[in-house]
Amino acid sequence: MHGYAYTVYILLIPFIIFIFLGLFGNRFKPMFSGIVGSAGLLVSFILSLTTAYRYFFASAPGEDGYTAIIAMNAVWLRLTETLHIDMGILLDPISVMMLIVITTVSLMVHIYSIGYMKGERGYERFFSFLSLFTFSMLGLVVAANIFQMYIFWELVGVSSYLLIGFYYQRPSAVAASKKAFIVTRFADLGFLIGILVLSFTTGTFDFQTLTDPAGPAVTHAGGATFLGLSVITWSLILVFMGGAGKSAMFPLHIWLPDAMEGPTPVSALIHAATMVVAGVYLVARMFPVYALAGIPALNVVAYVGGFTSLFAAVIACTQLDIKRVLAYSTMSQIGYMMLALGVARYGGHEGLGFMASMFHLFTHAMFKALLFLCAGAVIHAVHTNYMNEMGGLRKYLPITHITFLVACLTIAGIPTFAGFFSKDEILAAAWHHNKFLFFVEYIVAGLTAFYMFRLYFSIFQGKQAHYHHVPQEAPYVMTIPLMLLALVSVFSGFIPFHSLVTSDGLHLDTRIEWGVAIPSVLIAVAGIGVAAVMYRKESALPERMASTFRHLYTWSYHKFYIDEVYLFITKKVIFRYISTPVAWFDRHVVDGTINGIAWVIVSASQKVKGLQSGQLQQYALVFVSGAVLLILVFICLLY
Amino acid sequence: MHFLNLFVVVPALTIVAILFTRDLKGARWASAVGMSIQLVLAGALVFMYLSARNAGVADEMLFTADSTWFPSLNIRYAIGVDGISVAMIALTAVVIFAGVFASWEMEFLSREFFISLILLCSGVFGFFISLDLFTMFLFYELAVIPMYLLIGIWGSGPKEYSAMKLTLMLMGGSALLTVGILGLYFHSAAAGGQHTFHILEIAKTDIPVTAQRFFFPFTFIGFGILGALFPLHTWSPDGHSSAPTAVSMLHAGVLMKLGGYGCFRVAMFLMPEAANEMAWIFIILTTISVVYGAFGAIWQKDLKYINAYSSVSHCGLVLFALLMMNQTAMNGAIIQMISHGLMTALFFALIGMIYSRTHTRIIDQMGGLMKVIPFLSAVYVIAGLASLGLPGLSGFVAEATIFVGAFQHADTFHRVVTIVATTSIVITAVYILRVIGILLLGPIKNEHFEHLGDAHWYERISTIILVLGIAGIGLAPLWLSDMINFSLAPIIGKLSGLVNDVPLVLN
Amino acid sequence: MHQGIPLHYFLIVSTLMFFIGIFGFLTRRNLITILMSIELILNSVNINFVVFNRYLFPHKLQGHFFSMIVIAIAAAEAAVAIAIIINIYRNFRSIEVGKVDEMKH
Repeated sequence: MHGYAYTVYILLIPFIIFIFLGLFGNRFKPMFSGIVGSAGLLVSFILSLTTAYRYFFASAPGEDGYTAIIAMNAVWLRLTETLHIDMGILLDPISVMMLIVITTVSLMVHIYSIGYMKGERGYERFFSFLSLFTFSMLGLVVAANIFQMYIFWELVGVSSYLLIGFYYQRPSAVAASKKAFIVTRFADLGFLIGILVLSFTTGTFDFQTLTDPAGPAVTHAGGATFLGLSVITWSLILVFMGGAGKSAMFPLHIWLPDAMEGPTPVSALIHAATMVVAGVYLVARMFPVYALAGIPALNVVAYVGGFTSLFAAVIACTQLDIKRVLAYSTMSQIGYMMLALGVARYGGHEGLGFMASMFHLFTHAMFKALLFLCAGAVIHAVHTNYMNEMGGLRKYLPITHITFLVACLTIAGIPTFAGFFSKDEILAAAWHHNKFLFFVEYIVAGLTAFYMFRLYFSIFQGKQAHYHHVPQEAPYVMTIPLMLLALVSVFSGFIPFHSLVTSDGLHLDTRIEWGVAIPSVLIAVAGIGVAAVMYRKESALPERMASTFRHLYTWSYHKFYIDEVYLFITKKVIFRYISTPVAWFDRHVVDGTINGIAWVIVSASQKVKGLQSGQLQQYALVFVSGAVLLILVFICLLY
Repeated sequence: MHFLNLFVVVPALTIVAILFTRDLKGARWASAVGMSIQLVLAGALVFMYLSARNAGVADEMLFTADSTWFPSLNIRYAIGVDGISVAMIALTAVVIFAGVFASWEMEFLSREFFISLILLCSGVFGFFISLDLFTMFLFYELAVIPMYLLIGIWGSGPKEYSAMKLTLMLMGGSALLTVGILGLYFHSAAAGGQHTFHILEIAKTDIPVTAQRFFFPFTFIGFGILGALFPLHTWSPDGHSSAPTAVSMLHAGVLMKLGGYGCFRVAMFLMPEAANEMAWIFIILTTISVVYGAFGAIWQKDLKYINAYSSVSHCGLVLFALLMMNQTAMNGAIIQMISHGLMTALFFALIGMIYSRTHTRIIDQMGGLMKVIPFLSAVYVIAGLASLGLPGLSGFVAEATIFVGAFQHADTFHRVVTIVATTSIVITAVYILRVIGILLLGPIKNEHFEHLGDAHWYERISTIILVLGIAGIGLAPLWLSDMINFSLAPIIGKLSGLVNDVPLVLN
Repeated sequence: MHQGIPLHYFLIVSTLMFFIGIFGFLTRRNLITILMSIELILNSVNINFVVFNRYLFPHKLQGHFFSMIVIAIAAAEAAVAIAIIINIYRNFRSIEVGKVDEMKH
């Protein structure tokens, strides 16, 4: 082996903690489970860092760049003579990068939660589920074959379900968790069928075989077609459907804003940094197949990503719940990443978008987790989610204020902050391949800066709202993760992604394309300026803007009524026009037939029963007449 | 004494032991001891079977024994097991063990109750070890008849109606089966020699295709009724909802599996040509079962009805996969039988336990149970997640195998029905989460429920063993899957002249 | 011997008795009368046995013995029947045959 066998412990530690806390967590003091969970994660984090160091830096990459390493592989279930589901660990640039992302954010969230969840009922349950989630997410990224990925994909979904519904006595949380699970489940149906088609065509689940440019997936691309697209392309579109569900792409995005019902650390970990980028990761994992065998599918990815980023950014501008603003912002940023993948091609400088997407995934995970954790600290302090009930918190929450500002500058793409670098790469990639989407992204860049600073000014600046008690800065156990993440957000832009994570594993020469970058920075600054004018001081400007663009404002405020459409389809169509008739049909037609047969038999028997009257003489009469009749018959027959 | 005989003898001795007890306490302990022995025996059987296979024994059936008990018709008590029957025996042993503990508080006519219950399970064990069609049929009836008494006497709600309906529909199935089995018997001497009921001997003769065409539907539908084949499934919701807890568990968990097992062991294995010709009809019916059962479950209000419709959907998937007639799908079908057996037994056990506390099964009248009975609620969630096919639990293994197997057919018909059947996983998620949301989560609706007690020790035993089974298969499915695969090879071999599928070669 | 009385005279009498018995059995409502009708039927058969024996096989005795057995059994039957009738009367307060149409009461 390659000496990477220990990576299995990165996964096993959270899993063991999940089992341990799940079964015995309530025997100890609540704080114990928090500490155990965090300590375990710390070990995983250190192991991940070691792995990353050894993989990227300990030895220089060879001729082929960074190659994939199978650290472990065992058959888990044998399906046909060629298809078998394995449990394996695949280490390549993107999975190693994701290990870092997941363990970092998860560790921060664990530590933060020790403070945030203090005094909550079900403390040990929370940490147990967090560990389950971390385990599943790690399993997802290191998956060596697509079915293993699907397995962990589902596990991630269920951990998300359990954590969104953590406050299970609150009906809105229950509804949100259910919605999240069912919507993603529906998307996963596409993923599953995609896997079935893909595996049937190529005869393998294995990622290395699938993504091999000379492998069966690519060589079969010219095979049978269906509605004008090759079977491989269709399967890739179906696989992307699964990714779109997890990553909350339009039109499967409706669960993500509601998922904010979960505890805020959960939103930071699952619904901002890790699980929601699983879709991006899936497309990246399958990227060679997309780029070499399914360009139409890649275009679908690009346009869905581009549309979602714009759509979500527009909605984010009008929402009042700070967590929902962040949720829509997440959707928008993930749209960016999808778009970057969609405009990338395989190999060389064509693969710029791939690298940009992964880069943005990394930086976004850090700054978005930071934003959510800050939002959690704010909510912790003022006990409301609504920004119009906040204001002037700058004085009370200095650390939160600074870190939040850093995160906002990062997401807005101000130079030297990490977001600037990654976003610039995405814009450059879009500029080279698709001018239309490029201009869409310029608009989104402006909107992003605007809504983030709208958020910032409404919370920390502006008029001071009336609070029930004086807001207090969170304890150190919560603020230290904020500061650490802020540091990462500032400096992670300088990580040389272009030589580490590329579409073909080879070094990629990039430089900042100032022709693209300068306008985008100007747009972002303009967005910040508008936000400052509107929200820094109390003014009537927001109301006037809202009434000027009344229709756009109401539509955006109501999230373009997508939820209502879904509600109509599920409640009205499925429940009322499918399920209820099926239940009726079963009771009355199918069962009615069975009961009808029984009724016929019973009534026939009633009729026959009348003959058996119990009247002795009637029987005798029948008997005598029968005898006479027989005698007559015999007489007739004999003579 | 031959090892397999113990599976029938131990229940018989248990019944005798119960006859000597005087009250509930004695009866339940006698049953618990007897069924624990049975469970140990089943474990030993699995172990012995696997080690025999590892030692390289390649016979189709292991531990065989044969003795004629009705010479003039050549009816024999022929027993033997392969990987599939071993798996089913293990399932039965687990479910009956859990079932005894789930009926720990059966106050009313307790001795008679336990006697009927164990009589039923001895019929099931006998069915799975038999290789002679007549003996098999005899055990089958032995399993079905006590059901009438168990539901009619110890049931709830419209119990006489349900018991009557269930028994009559299953008897109707038996009538069809009789025709099918006699048909097989009278064509079993095609190669010359004596008529026989022995499955392996019939399998060696070539039954004329015309005869197969005639007798296949009888046999398949006859077993299919027990396997809840649409539209002959309606005994299931009524029967399950009226039956006492342990009976629902055994019935849905094990007895319905007799249907699926018979469908492939008798109907398809012995009449392969007809099976291939007529598969499409039954594939359509089972696809309807799968989706229809799931939709039927969405809008139900009674927990047991929800679970009964869910069983229709899941058992439909069993028959669906069997009819795909390739190794992977059939393997999936058998794993699905076991998986569904465990999780539906768990569901019914939990429903019974919840009912005994809240005295209602209507979900709208409950709510927030997670807070008051966390153990039972958590186990309910696990059962629900297994049912909707969460990886790491048994349902996923079965469904993944089935869908991959079904997708190996390259023609449009099979593709379309497979995709239709896969949609059931979404619908399943809808109704499972709906129940969990209404029943367990949310605020407590009824203040009487504030002081409910959580599970007793015997309830914990009953649920934990089932959960262990579900998680065990879900986490490490390979041994089970390989064990079944090995035994499927001859069956596939017989079907394979007709279906283009290469049997799996094991390393 | 018996030159004066031909065989068919006896047969006519026994046939009449038989059908009178049948008629009575079918039409009477009183259980006792029904029982008497049955006796008539049995006795008509007895006449036939004796007469055929006497005319056809005068040196044998089977017919006579047969009719004796019938008489004995008829006596036993009458005893049982009357016991039943008494019980019916106790339960139903009537021995009308039309009222006795249920096995259980």
